[in-house]
Amino acid sequence: MREVVIVPTGTANTASVIAAFKRLDVEPVLATKPEEVEGADRVVLPGVGAFAPAVNRIDQLGMREALTTRIEEDRPTLAICLGMQLLCAASEESPDTAGLGIVPETVTRFSGDLPVPQLGWNMVEPNGSTSLAPGWAYFANSYKVPRLPDSWSGATTDYGGTFVSAMERGAVLACQFHPELSGTWGSNLLRRWLWKVA
Amino acid sequence: MLGARVIPCLDIKDGRVVKGVRFQGLRDAGDPVENAAAYEEQGADEIVLLDVSATPEGRDNAVETVRAVRSVLSIPLTVGGGVRRESDAGRLLDAGADKVGVNTAAVSRPDLIAEIASRFGSQCAVLAVDASASASGRWEVMVQSGANRTGLDVVEWCRKAVALGAGEVLLTSWDRDGTRDGYDVDLIAAVFGAVTVPVIASGGAARTEHLIAALRAGASAALVASILHDGDTTVADLKLGLSRAGILVRP
Repeated sequence: MREVVIVPTGTANTASVIAAFKRLDVEPVLATKPEEVEGADRVVLPGVGAFAPAVNRIDQLGMREALTTRIEEDRPTLAICLGMQLLCAASEESPDTAGLGIVPETVTRFSGDLPVPQLGWNMVEPNGSTSLAPGWAYFANSYKVPRLPDSWSGATTDYGGTFVSAMERGAVLACQFHPELSGTWGSNLLRRWLWKVA
Repeated sequence: MLGARVIPCLDIKDGRVVKGVRFQGLRDAGDPVENAAAYEEQGADEIVLLDVSATPEGRDNAVETVRAVRSVLSIPLTVGGGVRRESDAGRLLDAGADKVGVNTAAVSRPDLIAEIASRFGSQCAVLAVDASASASGRWEVMVQSGANRTGLDVVEWCRKAVALGAGEVLLTSWDRDGTRDGYDVDLIAAVFGAVTVPVIASGGAARTEHLIAALRAGASAALVASILHDGDTTVADLKLGLSRAGILVRP
């Protein structure tokens, strides 16, 4: 049985994340103290909503340092959707708010003629050495990470141009898509992340 | 590239799936958890649950239904019906919805859309509109499950709702609902041309050709109900037809 601790970013679809882990026979718990994020076997950083409120929530909970430390040490951490964007230095969505700054990228908004937000299933194409499998994943985002940071492997997806749909380093996996909503493919991804040896 | 979505819709009353014609003459169409799981198995891209009960007891049952469906479902779940305030949306999200649809209450108080969007994000705030043709090339917003006409222009209302933060429009032709006459393609094209967010076509689907026409008119997704509940076709067959017509879908 794996210990999975969820960072309560105060956002909407935590229930779906919990349900997805329960289907894998894991009972995730919500973190209440920074030490739990620091010490947990596995941590999930979910996120739905806007950049600034999520960053502010992490700061209010005093969890910025605990999160940054474990990600910089490549310890098992899964960031989902907005959670992935929070790892970046900044976002066009909230120009006055500093992200966790683990990678130097700036999150940008989709532009062009396609509907925004991107809502639906799109192809994830891994590149380089990564644990990710190619497949269809469910996305719900208006903003994206434009390029893969140095020293990270990952995957890209096309929506009026290529964007980063996942990035991976050590036991840290950040997904722009929602593995908890991506059917069997997503459930297999969660299972691999759960049992990957750190 | 993004695939076109096929979305089964389950109207829920007292814990059961129901379906009627133009929201009237509801008949039983099975258990919501069993239906949702079967549709995911068939390749559904998402599930919509609409709570059509009219009582507080019915509302509480609907939250239980959302929880039960969520526990088996690993694709997105949109829930609408009776959402009057931000806390109603919060309760549905806590039960396992990923997106929340607002309809009648948003017409009475449009700020409801802004409240849900700013708290939970635009991708979570779905504007559900029931549209009825009023004059050539125009449609009127219907509320309370089609019981009342509002005089509000559908295209203008969608534009306003998106400006307030709605991240998707679930566009139902009340005239076509349950009729199997095909989607109102002109309605879809009119709304698609007016908003920047994805549009879900709803009301009237009977055959793959209807879905193809709706998607070519600009819809990002097609909602289907009666034909699936009655066992006339499956999501897999519909998607096969779309794929053969050159429309990209998740297999």
